[in-house]
Amino acid sequence: MKLGKQTWLFQEPPVIISRAAVVGPDEGEGPLGKDFDIIHDDPFVGEKSWEKAERKLLEEAALLAVQKADMSIDQVDLFIGGDLLNQIISATFASRTFGIPYLGVFGACSTSMESLALAALTVSTKFADYALAGTSSHNSTAERQFRYPTEYGSQKPPTAQNTATGAGAALVARKGQGPRITCATIGKIVDMGITDPFNMGAAMAPAAADTIKTHLADRGVSPGFYDLIVTGDLGAVGSTMVRELFAHSGVPIEETTYDDCGLLLYDREKQQVFAGGSGCACSAAVTYGHLLKRMEQGELKRILVVATGSLQSPLTIQQKESIPGIAHAVALEYGGGQ
Amino acid sequence: MSSAAKKRFSLTPKEYQSLAKKREPARPILQNCIRAFLSGGVICLIGQAISTLFQTYAGMTQEQAGLPTIVILILLSVILTSLGVYDKIAQWAGAGSAVPVTGFANSMASAAIEHRSEGIVLGIATRMFKLAGAVVVFGTVSAFVVAVVHWIIGTGGQS
Amino acid sequence: MLDTIMPFVWAFLVGGAICVLGQLMFDVLKLTPAHTMVTLVVIGAILDGIGWYDPLIKFAGAGVTVPITSFGNSLTHGALTELRMSGFNGLFSGVYHYTSAGITAAIVFSFFAALLVRPKG
Repeated sequence: MKLGKQTWLFQEPPVIISRAAVVGPDEGEGPLGKDFDIIHDDPFVGEKSWEKAERKLLEEAALLAVQKADMSIDQVDLFIGGDLLNQIISATFASRTFGIPYLGVFGACSTSMESLALAALTVSTKFADYALAGTSSHNSTAERQFRYPTEYGSQKPPTAQNTATGAGAALVARKGQGPRITCATIGKIVDMGITDPFNMGAAMAPAAADTIKTHLADRGVSPGFYDLIVTGDLGAVGSTMVRELFAHSGVPIEETTYDDCGLLLYDREKQQVFAGGSGCACSAAVTYGHLLKRMEQGELKRILVVATGSLQSPLTIQQKESIPGIAHAVALEYGGGQ
Repeated sequence: MSSAAKKRFSLTPKEYQSLAKKREPARPILQNCIRAFLSGGVICLIGQAISTLFQTYAGMTQEQAGLPTIVILILLSVILTSLGVYDKIAQWAGAGSAVPVTGFANSMASAAIEHRSEGIVLGIATRMFKLAGAVVVFGTVSAFVVAVVHWIIGTGGQS
Repeated sequence: MLDTIMPFVWAFLVGGAICVLGQLMFDVLKLTPAHTMVTLVVIGAILDGIGWYDPLIKFAGAGVTVPITSFGNSLTHGALTELRMSGFNGLFSGVYHYTSAGITAAIVFSFFAALLVRPKG
């Protein structure tokens, strides 16, 4: 049912009965390495192009998630997926392999929670018994499409972020053991006029702050209700900005722990990732690999995952448009039985 | 933008943008300039060495030696790009690796190598000038304009 | 001894300085690499138009022939040389005269490199 302005409340929370996170070498070398199901040494993943590699990662994550639930892919009613590439080819071509009903979504780096929210929606309304949400990104496909050829010698500024190579998928059902999706807040596009595509953090922060504020108001809770509020990929710059926005609008974020997947994924001291990680896989891999594990270990009971996306394209930048941002939030709970 | 959207979080977009500018980690300009100076200087030094070698051992004049020098530098750049090393150097060197002709060669080689997956004709050949095209176009146009000015005011070229 | 060393010193210093100019365009003016290189090429073309590039070459050698400004200089140089020799037609036929080697090398080497190697990411 609808809660407040933008939130979906699942009165019988759907369950993430299994999930998988698959990553590339840099992510595997980061602080969360041991939380991922598969770490690939080869950024090509044995394929002939970067795009084919990304697709393979998504297929792997999705099929592994299904396998871990002792199911086969044809028992899944719906795959909801997306990625960063034009025409979301990773999700589309992975779905070709799956052979099940497919809904493609584009939310840039907010795709993980966008697809998870939709999966929860279809399952809780009984339009699907099992829904699979998945997303992927790849450092080289993103560089190629949004910026420069991978071997081109350009110097990135400190506000730039490193697109994560990897994929994450979650299988959602009405009943079972696992973290429960209690509600989801669907974000609206917020554009505060940031024009620098090398500073996506600042472009996305207003959307994150807007969605979080709205979620708290819709649900009638304060930040302390959650053990952790985590954004998808604001990075060092964006997370600073979102804290500023919280301060300006009186959101007492200090009641809880606030963190960002882009900062969790890498060791910024040792790895050259500038302001931190980004990409659809950033929030997906960190959430499905690391955060859900912490929930199952009892460390976190209630978390709010706010995946953030910056919705520019190279064309809009060249046409001198600013960068619109969006953020979708999903509230997860674990503990205390079904 | 609706008036309800204008002052989000009690900040106007302009106020947010200046706040973002203030909070932005500053680019290490001095460090970047020193690195650009050193790396650019070294590349030119290598060019000077190659040119001197050709003048000394192949009996060329300074002007004649310019040609093989440029070709060799371009070759070196393409090799480093192929080895996947040029972009790593460039993050350190900045303009020091982009401004010399090696940067021009890198822009072409990297585009060609990257787009191989789209085929030889539509990938390598079509995309090769993706980054360098602007330089060729503007160079050609400005050379033409300068020459036209000379033609019009009658200074008629130079030796 | 000093005669042999000085050309290298000037090449290093002047070449380095032109790169610093480029770096300032990146970091202070926040120009993209494409905008920066285009600006430098046009500067090179104009400098040759007013006759300042040749003396710079005599003085700094590779310090000014290696940076991309030299490309603009060569393009203009070609056009002006042909203008002097063949008149109006030279404006069109001469532009690539001195840059032909560089462009050919860049195209040919890049082409074969792309056939031989894959990007490393």
